[in-house]
Amino acid sequence: MSILVYTESENNNFKKNALEVLSYGKALSKIMNEKVVCVSFNIDNTEDLSLHGADKSIIINDTSLADFKAKTYSNCISKIAKKEKSKIIILSSSADCRYLAPLLAVELDSSYSPNVVDLPKSSNPLVVKRTCFTNKAFSFSELNSEINIIGLSNNAFGVHENQSETTFENEKIELIEDTIKINSTEKITGKVTIADADIVISGGRGLKGPENWHLIEDLAEVLGAATACSKPVSDMGWRPHSEHVGQTGKPVASNLYIAIGVSGAIQHIAGINSSKVKVVVNNDPEAPFFKAADYGVIGDAFEVVPKLIKKLKAFKN
Amino acid sequence: MNILVCISNVPDTTTKINFINNDSEFDTNGVQYIINPNDEFGLTRAIWFQQKKGAKVTVLTVGESSCEPIMRKCLAIGADKAIRIDAIPTDGFFVANQVSEICKKNNYDLIIAGRESIDYNGGMVPGILAGLLNYNFVTNCIQLEIDQNIAVASREIDGGKEILSSKLPIIIGAQKGLVEEKDLIIPNMRGIMQARQKPLDVIRPINIQAKSIIKSFEKPKPKGEVKLVPSDNVDELINLLHNEAKVI
Ligand SMILES: Cc1cc2nc3c(=O)[nH]c(=O)nc-3n(C[C@H](O)[C@H](O)[C@H](O)COP(=O)(O)OP(=O)(O)OC[C@H]3O[C@@H](n4cnc5c(N)ncnc54)[C@H](O)[C@@H]3O)c2cc1C
Ligand SMILES: Nc1ncnc2c1ncn2[C@@H]1O[C@H](COP(=O)(O)O)[C@@H](O)[C@H]1O
Repeated sequence: MSILVYTESENNNFKKNALEVLSYGKALSKIMNEKVVCVSFNIDNTEDLSLHGADKSIIINDTSLADFKAKTYSNCISKIAKKEKSKIIILSSSADCRYLAPLLAVELDSSYSPNVVDLPKSSNPLVVKRTCFTNKAFSFSELNSEINIIGLSNNAFGVHENQSETTFENEKIELIEDTIKINSTEKITGKVTIADADIVISGGRGLKGPENWHLIEDLAEVLGAATACSKPVSDMGWRPHSEHVGQTGKPVASNLYIAIGVSGAIQHIAGINSSKVKVVVNNDPEAPFFKAADYGVIGDAFEVVPKLIKKLKAFKN
Repeated sequence: MNILVCISNVPDTTTKINFINNDSEFDTNGVQYIINPNDEFGLTRAIWFQQKKGAKVTVLTVGESSCEPIMRKCLAIGADKAIRIDAIPTDGFFVANQVSEICKKNNYDLIIAGRESIDYNGGMVPGILAGLLNYNFVTNCIQLEIDQNIAVASREIDGGKEILSSKLPIIIGAQKGLVEEKDLIIPNMRGIMQARQKPLDVIRPINIQAKSIIKSFEKPKPKGEVKLVPSDNVDELINLLHNEAKVI
C-alpha cells in the first residue's frame, strides 16, 4: 500500500506545485502510516524529492512524453498506481492535472475530489474538505472507493521541507497511443502566470481604458506578480480573456491579491477569495470590495498607483 | 452532425449561499437558477453549428422536474430537443454514467459539457464521460472548429494555449472564450413560443452508485474589518504588507 504523488515537471524541472503536493502527501503519509511514492516524467535533478519527504521516487524518462497528453499521462500514472498498490493519489490543481484527473479516475475506478484545501478530516472513512459554490463555501465529502484521488488546491497547504531517505527507480512504460494530435502550443515565456503567482495585480473598469494598463504592468513588474482583470475588462477586449479572474474566469489563490479600480462584485470576489491577503485601491468608499479586503486605500488609482510603484522600487532596493 | 450539450442547473451567480438542517443541505429557498455559464458558452457554439452547418442539437440534464424551466430556456435559445434524466445528481460519477447511457444509444459526433459547474465545481463530468466512452476529450476549450470529421480545438493552459486536433466523436469542456459574450443568445418571444412545442423527454435513470457523499457544508469565517490606509501614505501600506502581512 502507498500514497502516490504526481510531481509535475516542465522542461525537465519540477513545478512549484509538485513540491506542495509532495509536502501534502508526506503529511498524509504520517497520519496514515503509509509510504509516499512520487511519480515524475522527464526529470534530471531529483534532490528536491528527498528534501520534501519522498520515500520512493519513480521516474519515467521518455522523449515521447515531452509534451503533456492527458490520456497517455493518466495511463502511465494508473499503471504505477496499480504497481505500487496506491490507495490515495494526490494531484495539483494545474490545468493539466484537472484535465487528466477524471480520466485517471475512470481507469482506476476511483473517486476524485478536486479543490481540497486541507488534510483529511478523517482517514477512515476518508473525508476531505474542499471548496464548492466557487469559494463561497466548503464541503466535507466522503470518498468511498478502493482508490481515491485528491486534487489539492493551489497554495492551500504550502511547501514544507522534510528530509527523507528516498529510493529511486527508473521505470520504462509501454505507452498507449494518444489519438489527439497537438498542432501547436503558444506559451508566453518570461511572464508569471496567474496559476503559479505568489502575487497577482488585477485591474478593473476603474482604469478607464487599455492605454492605462502600464500602471498594472509596472506594479506587477516591481513585485514579480502576474496580471489579471475583471470580466468586463476582458469582454471589452482591453485585456486578453486569459487574464479574466472570478467565478466565470480563472480562480486565484495567491498570497497577495491587489485589486485596482475593481468594484468587488460577488462574482469577482468568489473567484479570488482564496487569496490570503487582499488589498483594494478604489476611489469609492462604498465599493463592496472594501468588505472583502484586508487592506484598503480610498483614492484615485491614477494618483495612488504611480506613488506605490515608486515607493516599492525604493523599498525593493 | 449530431451534438449533445450537457446542461447543469445552477444557482444564479449572485446567490448568497446558505445551508440548512445542521449545515447538511443547501438552502434553495428564494434561489434563482440559471444555465451553468460554461454550458451556456457551449450551447451557443452548438447553435452556431446548427445554423451554419445544419447540426442537430440535443440538450440533456440529470435532475428533478425543477430543472425544466432551464431546459425550456435551452430550447428557446434554439436547441431542437431536450432530455431530462429524472434523478438527483448526487456526484460527477453518477451524472457521467447517466449521460454515457444516452450517448451509447445515440451517435453524437460532438458532446459538449462545461469545464466545470459553478456549484459543485467538480470539473468531472466531461472527463469521466470521455473515460467511460473512450472518446477523445479536450477541456478548457476556448476555440472549436469542425471540418468534415475533424475537430480542431484550442485548450487554455497555464500561461498560454494549445491547439489540438482529433477525429470525431469528441467531448469538449467549454469555457469563456469559446464564443464572444455578445453572441450569447437571449431568447425572443418566437423562440419561447416554439420551445413549448419542442420535445422534452423524461427518462428514468440507470442504477449506479455515487463515489462520494457530501457529509456537511461550512461557510468561510467572516472577515475582519478592512484596515484603511490614507491615500497620501503608501509607505504605510508597504510597511503593513511587509511587516504585518509578510507578503512582500
Ligand atoms: C453570470 C455572470 C458572471 C460573472 N462573472 C464574473 C467574473 O468571473 N469575474 C468578474 O470580475 N466579474 C464577473 N461578472 C461581472 C460582475 O458582476 C461585475 O460586473 C464586474 O466584476 C465589474 O467589473 P469592474 O469592477 O471592473 O467594473 P465596475 O463595477 O464598473 O467597477 C469599477 C470600479 O472602479 C472604481 N473606480 C473608478 N474610477 C476609479 C479611479 N480613478 N481610481 C480608483 N477606482 C476607480 C469605481 O469606484 C468602481 O468601484 C459576472 C457577471 C455575471 C452576470
Ligand atoms: N446534473 C447534470 N446534468 C447534466 N450535465 C451536468 C450535470 N452536472 C454537470 N453537468 C455537466 O458537466 C459539466 C461539469 O460539471 P461538474 O463536473 O459538476 O463541474 C457541467 O458544466 C455540465 O455541462
